Amino acid sequence: MIKAILIFNNHGKPRLSKFYEHYSEDTEQQIIRETFHLVSKRDENVCNFLEGGMLIGGSDYRLIYRHYATLYFVFCVDSSESELGILDLIQVFVETLDKCFENVCELDLIFHVDKVHNILAEMVMGGMVLETNMNEIITQVDSQNKMEKSEVLTG
Amino acid sequence: MALKIVKGSIDRMFDKNLQDLVRGIRNHKEDEAKYISTCIDEIKQELKQDNIAVKANAVCKLTYLQMLGYDVSWAAFNIVEVMSSSKFTYKVKIGLYAHVWICQEIGYISQYDTGVALTGLSCFVTPDLARDLANDIMTLMSHTKPYIRKKAVLIMYKVFLKYPESLRPAFPRLKEKLEDPDPGVQSAAVNVICELARRNPKNYLSLAPLFFKLMTSSTNNWVLIKIIKLFGALTPLEPRLGKKLIEPLTNLIHSTSAMSLLYECVNTVIAGHDVNGSPFLPPFSLALFLFLRFQLCVQKLRILIEDSDQNLKYLGLLAMSKILKTHPKSVQSHKDLILQCLDDKDESIRLRALDLLYGMVSKKNLMEIVKKLMLHVDKAEGTTYRDELLTKIIDICSQSNYQYITNFEWYISILVELTRLEGTRHGHLIASQMLDVAIRVKAIRVFAVAQMATLLDNAHLMTGNVQRKGICEVLYAAAWICGEFSEHLENPMQTLEAMLRPKVATLPGHIQAVYVQNAAKLFATLLKNQEGNTDRTAAQETSQLMIDRLPLFVQSANLEVQERASCILQLVKYIQKLQQKDVEVAEEVIALFAGELNPVAPKAQKKVPVPEGLDLDAWINEPPSESESEDEQPKAIFAKEEPKHSRARHTEVDEKELAKRREARKQEQANNPFYIKASPSSQKVYQEAPGVEHIPVVQIDLSVPLKVPGLPMSDQYVKLEEERRQKERVEKKKKEKKKRKEKRGGRGKKHDSGPESEEDITPAHMVDIVTEEMPLADSEKLPVRSHRAAEALKSPAEDGDAESPASQEPKKKSSKEKREKKKDKDGDRKVSVKNGNPTRETALWMYIYGAEIDIQGNLQDGSQVVVSVIFENKCDNFLKTMEFNVLDSLNSKLQRPEGSGPHDGLSVPFQLPPGVSNEARFVFTMQSIVMPQKLKGTLTFIIKNEDSSTHEKLDFKLHFTCSSYLITTPCYSDAFAKLLESGDLKCSSVRLEGVNMPFHHLLARICFHHHFSVVERIDSCASMYSRSIQGHHVCLLVKTSGQTVSIDAKCDEPTLLGNVLDEIKQTFSQC
Repeated sequence: MIKAILIFNNHGKPRLSKFYEHYSEDTEQQIIRETFHLVSKRDENVCNFLEGGMLIGGSDYRLIYRHYATLYFVFCVDSSESELGILDLIQVFVETLDKCFENVCELDLIFHVDKVHNILAEMVMGGMVLETNMNEIITQVDSQNKMEKSEVLTG
Repeated sequence: MALKIVKGSIDRMFDKNLQDLVRGIRNHKEDEAKYISTCIDEIKQELKQDNIAVKANAVCKLTYLQMLGYDVSWAAFNIVEVMSSSKFTYKVKIGLYAHVWICQEIGYISQYDTGVALTGLSCFVTPDLARDLANDIMTLMSHTKPYIRKKAVLIMYKVFLKYPESLRPAFPRLKEKLEDPDPGVQSAAVNVICELARRNPKNYLSLAPLFFKLMTSSTNNWVLIKIIKLFGALTPLEPRLGKKLIEPLTNLIHSTSAMSLLYECVNTVIAGHDVNGSPFLPPFSLALFLFLRFQLCVQKLRILIEDSDQNLKYLGLLAMSKILKTHPKSVQSHKDLILQCLDDKDESIRLRALDLLYGMVSKKNLMEIVKKLMLHVDKAEGTTYRDELLTKIIDICSQSNYQYITNFEWYISILVELTRLEGTRHGHLIASQMLDVAIRVKAIRVFAVAQMATLLDNAHLMTGNVQRKGICEVLYAAAWICGEFSEHLENPMQTLEAMLRPKVATLPGHIQAVYVQNAAKLFATLLKNQEGNTDRTAAQETSQLMIDRLPLFVQSANLEVQERASCILQLVKYIQKLQQKDVEVAEEVIALFAGELNPVAPKAQKKVPVPEGLDLDAWINEPPSESESEDEQPKAIFAKEEPKHSRARHTEVDEKELAKRREARKQEQANNPFYIKASPSSQKVYQEAPGVEHIPVVQIDLSVPLKVPGLPMSDQYVKLEEERRQKERVEKKKKEKKKRKEKRGGRGKKHDSGPESEEDITPAHMVDIVTEEMPLADSEKLPVRSHRAAEALKSPAEDGDAESPASQEPKKKSSKEKREKKKDKDGDRKVSVKNGNPTRETALWMYIYGAEIDIQGNLQDGSQVVVSVIFENKCDNFLKTMEFNVLDSLNSKLQRPEGSGPHDGLSVPFQLPPGVSNEARFVFTMQSIVMPQKLKGTLTFIIKNEDSSTHEKLDFKLHFTCSSYLITTPCYSDAFAKLLESGDLKCSSVRLEGVNMPFHHLLARICFHHHFSVVERIDSCASMYSRSIQGHHVCLLVKTSGQTVSIDAKCDEPTLLGNVLDEIKQTFSQC
């Protein structure tokens, strides 16, 4: 199971956060801060796994992250997920974002927050991985966007 | 269907549910309206029922009718009523039903609606919802669209979690989905079953053959990984499975290129072999080697070493720790490798290696490993890792009752060395180890005491630094050990002095307390030693030392310290008196602390057999009665636990017993004339009791509540304080508001402002700046605008210069010429107006008779636009009776004074001598600001020279662009994100090709011409924000790559957005 998906930039500014378990808003903020603190002090060429922080997880959970240019993508998962598999999933997520918003940039996550959540919802549902095939994800997202557009036109 | 559940519980007469309604409507195609009106009548009846389920059903139907376009607003109250019902189920059911079920029923199948409903459901499944929707979701699991099936399958896991009873009926279908033709559905099913199996693997053994088949046939790595993980969970339960798996797993290892899959295969092989109990298979232990960059055997895995991936290293260590649990020996041979990993720069890897070390120590290598770790402790940066090392060292050494420690002197010195660590949080851990070892290992005490004495002597090293606060816990142990085993001290006097130093008072209270107590123990030992000598003065000096130093502790703020210190001080004073009388006291003093403390194992009590005839559960005394316990409770202010006990006990007493006891006690009370404490607060008792007794009781009753509320009283203070602060805050806010209002008012006065909305502040700034800069601005701003506009402006200026001498004589002619020229330039001017908005004001430049007119739009509130016009007379004649008139449109009107007609002009309230300029303002009222506006207008005036005057007229156009309705409003990125998150904004986008300018110029241009402000900029991407005078939010995301600029825009008003984008596009089309 995936417990949370966090995206923040190099300065720790959260760009997207999705928690699949309930936390109070304050705790969520603390988790983001703590995670950033843990992840940001790591060198570039070290491994992508991290024992979870105090707030999220426990021994069974670990943080799996990737660092792209200005953004950190962090997944908090338990031991039922394959570590390398999640790394691949992050890659798929980023590539999907790149395809959906050509030349994706950090600010897209803010500006198209609805679409990003849609994409994520096509990949992960309720903490479980729904789809890992990028083409499939893009097809679904595209057709949803089309439908939305047609609704705007007719409605 | 979920509704049937509802239906079942309600009266049969209202059994037309949503399904029936839809069916009915279909069957009554000819007289649909009539049918529906009868339905609505029924619904109205249903809504009057008390049963919330009936109401929910009615609301369900209403939602459908509303979808068909019928007005159901009359039922708004009932809908709210149902929505507010405590049963969340109804709400969601209504929501979900409207989505899922209706969509299917009426054939308008939008898989995405259902998908969204399911995704939403995944976030908030409750047991109630799960129960009611389980059936519906199960139906969806065999939906025709794989997209829905996939989601339905996944969500079933959430449903199972919340409502486990649904698992049994749903399982066959779930199993079916494992062989679904769609790989997505398949993977979802595998996912769900893997999660289920993690919780209870035994139940899923029967699926093994199916998974086995899937494993050999599937090509989806994700599915394979999940299956292999599942097998990893299953093999410990079924050893035969492990053997069977080896072949396909080995095949996969050889054939796959995906590292993730490879790793999981190896992992599962490990799991399989653990159970067999067979020695670890060499190829796989080697495979693990490879993860750790070692010599290889298996051909395929060579790749792993070559990329020397840190991730694989980490995972290799992780896998190792799995083997460690069952096969510690096979890991121990890799000790050097793991120690090497301790040097890795990556903390995650170091931590994993540390984990492994725990299982690798033996009596032989413990010292060596710890020595290595100690080196790391010295080198380590960052307190977290160092703390981790420290705990690991202690864990490793202390595991299974210090099994691996052969030399405790070594261990004590390690612990003492650890105390030199800076900023560790684990002082108490070290302390407890010291105490544990010193108490349990008798042979070590001499050494330990000597070490601790040095520690105490050097206590200033630990207390001096604030950062080292954590470590001073160690002094607790040191003081205790020195005190308890003081007979082993070499130089007790010195230690006693160290313990009584004034600096000790800075230590935490609990440590001081231990210091004081153990100083007393030490004192006793000292006395004994010194009394043995012939010289008595030494003993007296020691007493004097105690008497001198202890008062410091008597004054301590810590109660415990104070109490102990004053006790001991009195004791020592008494001893001193005796000493002065030459009485030998040492033996008696030492008796105070006599006896040895022996370690007691936590389970030792269990080993003591219960003597025969002793029933531990039986009451020793009669349990106290209810009334008694009630009495005691309020009195027990300090010992709170006591009343709990008595309470717990008396519940077990039966009524008869109670009555009997009460009777007995009453008897006793009656017979005892001195008994005033008499408990019974319970009224029964003192109604029957003689009058004399209940008087004090009543007093107690009163006094108790008076004494106890100490706490609530202080609470009240807190509350009062809070209230006071709250008031202050409110007042402050009010003041601030007032101030703000005043400021606004001040600004507003400058330009007859009306209401004080947010926008007022900014325009005030804008106007100031614009008017101040105006004289300079014409020349400076022009080049920034488009080329053509600049030219257009330059040429008339030249003209003016050239013609001014000529115009002295033939004025009429020249004026005509000029007017023609002006008309020629009309086209240019429009352009310049469109693009050339230095601020939000509409600026329009015109040249009449050398008089320069500058028109600025000024924004006051949501509907008013103020246009300020600067008239400059550039000719040599007097201009007067100027009249400004604009042809109103439906949308925009020039505000005229009351009483004047809609086509009357406004007279300009001044005359212009030659060469003079002045400014006039005209207010326009705008209905809507979503569209750009063009207004035609005329200016009439009289040119007066010495002998004659001529009437002249000038036509112009006012162009209000949409950008000119925007106000540059700063926006913080958080607020920006919130705004976009709200989802109220419509999106639109535009692409600009061939824009050849640096990105920051591009941004500056948008900011300048269209009144945006940059919210955030990252590389070649920026988000921008602006607000219209009517409060529309406009957000832009500008991205550039090469010469292409893409602008995504969001706004709550699509028309406005479209026009602003058009204007932006135009701005850039001209460069």
